[in-house]
Amino acid sequence: MEIVIPPFDLKSISPIMSISIAAIFILLIDVFFRRTFKDRLGYISFLVVIATGFVVYTQIGQNVYSFSNMFVVDNYSVFFNLIFLLSTALVILMSDNYIKQEGVNYGEYYTLILFATVGMMLMAGGADLLTIFLGIEMMSISLYVLAGFTRDKLRSNEASLKYFLLGAFVTGFMLYGIAMLYGATGTTNLKEIATFITENSGQLNPMIVVGASLLIIGFGFKIACVPFHKWSPDVYEGSPTPVTAFMSTGPKAAGFAVFLRVFLVALPDLEPKWSIILWVLAVITMTVGNLVAISQTNIKRMLAYSSIAHAGYALVAIIVGGEFGIASLLFYMLAYTFMNLGAFAIIIVLGKKGEENANIEDFSGLGYKHPLLAIAMCIFMFSLAGIPPLIGFIGKFYIFSAAIKSGFIVLAVIGMINSVISVYYYLRVTVVIYMKKPIREFSPLSLSPLIIVAIIFTICGTVYFGIFPSKIIAFAQQSAVLY
Amino acid sequence: MEVPLTWYLVLSGILFSIGAVGVLINRNALVIFMCIELMLNAVNLAFVTFSRQQNSMDGQIFVFFIMTVAAAEAVVGLAIIIALFRNKATINVDDINIMKW
Repeated sequence: MEIVIPPFDLKSISPIMSISIAAIFILLIDVFFRRTFKDRLGYISFLVVIATGFVVYTQIGQNVYSFSNMFVVDNYSVFFNLIFLLSTALVILMSDNYIKQEGVNYGEYYTLILFATVGMMLMAGGADLLTIFLGIEMMSISLYVLAGFTRDKLRSNEASLKYFLLGAFVTGFMLYGIAMLYGATGTTNLKEIATFITENSGQLNPMIVVGASLLIIGFGFKIACVPFHKWSPDVYEGSPTPVTAFMSTGPKAAGFAVFLRVFLVALPDLEPKWSIILWVLAVITMTVGNLVAISQTNIKRMLAYSSIAHAGYALVAIIVGGEFGIASLLFYMLAYTFMNLGAFAIIIVLGKKGEENANIEDFSGLGYKHPLLAIAMCIFMFSLAGIPPLIGFIGKFYIFSAAIKSGFIVLAVIGMINSVISVYYYLRVTVVIYMKKPIREFSPLSLSPLIIVAIIFTICGTVYFGIFPSKIIAFAQQSAVLY
Repeated sequence: MEVPLTWYLVLSGILFSIGAVGVLINRNALVIFMCIELMLNAVNLAFVTFSRQQNSMDGQIFVFFIMTVAAAEAVVGLAIIIALFRNKATINVDDINIMKW
């Protein structure tokens, strides 16, 4: 029997390969040259991420299927890869000082972050449910470990265990959904599933419907939409702060990348069915996220609920679909990455060893003591609340205008009402910062040049792209076609 | 006598339900984890059955990947449970409750 090896195109996965190799090397360097390189692993991984960013940038405009239609490079995946790399690079900058201060400066921290990035890139470029499943697991398993990285802290252990048990539980459901789709259509390739459903549209197999619903559960968990959100506040609160920042941006964007690609490429014929489900999910996600966020006292927990609410806004973009919907989702994910990472960077700066200053009350009087940090925090809060001229406003405006253009007027109105509710708890932070007397002395800031770079960069992104968004919007519109 | 393929699917469904119910009613982290493994194996059974039914190998390839991922998950999961046990000396999930809304 002759065995034919199908052609493969390593160029298409060059960003994934470069990051994986770097991750392995960092682990080896940490083992063999720990004494020399102990403090420089962060710099090495940062440079690798930036270099990979350039490699990804050269892939713009390509539309290639590779590895027997398992993997695809198109502008959509390139845009998401750039978001992932941006989030990874900023998180590495924010982590350097934090992990030294907490006494967990181990090389595997960066390795795990890089492997999670590899998983996210596989998710964004996956054209087959197998690749997508591998990407999701690669990302999740790295995150389970990262959540428990400060392993002497009970909170961190608890976050990690909760994330792990629930994540693995949901993986079971997602896999059963994939099995159902495979059983009904005989393939796991997204395009072929779509072709099969179109050809046999006369009698719709109930297994396809069950499979799609189970996939909604699996992906809904990854993006933390209500009612699959219960893990996220606990995990966000207990994890080390840079890891929380990472989880709320990169992996969440990856979840959306997969959600949108699977449902628009593989199941477009079922759109009337799943768009109703997503409509309900989007409405309750926004509403529950915003209402519960109001009563939170811990800022990381508040940002967790705010992140749930933002997932609701982004779901609107998936429901709208089409070129406008996809472009608005891409833009929103980029906007959210900038402003959320910025807010978490400020929380990291204000934390001291072992104690994270994570209560909103701890920010009182910040405006008098550290005026620059206070202004930065206010910019991020205003942007998250969607106040012009910041990037968060443009993102929301773009999503809701896409919804109105496609006739989802009720959805857009509910979204805007929610956006108004959210102003309350974001502004509460700024009120505490400027209008309350400090309840105690501020500890010395844990500032390092790297985190200052990260904060300045996120502020520039939040303000500059809020005032001049046209370039990014044009790029997002170019990327809004699923090849 | 050949066993019909539907029986395998029913068995896989039953195993999956036992696993899912087990996750929900058990209080011991290790047992919960075992139930999750049971769910994954039910999925494997479904994949192999469908693969046979469709006469394609994709499903069986998928099973190998699921087994690999389950092994990786087991490593990480047990490590997390041990890390928690060192700090708290319990793996009862009801006691792991410092964070609540």
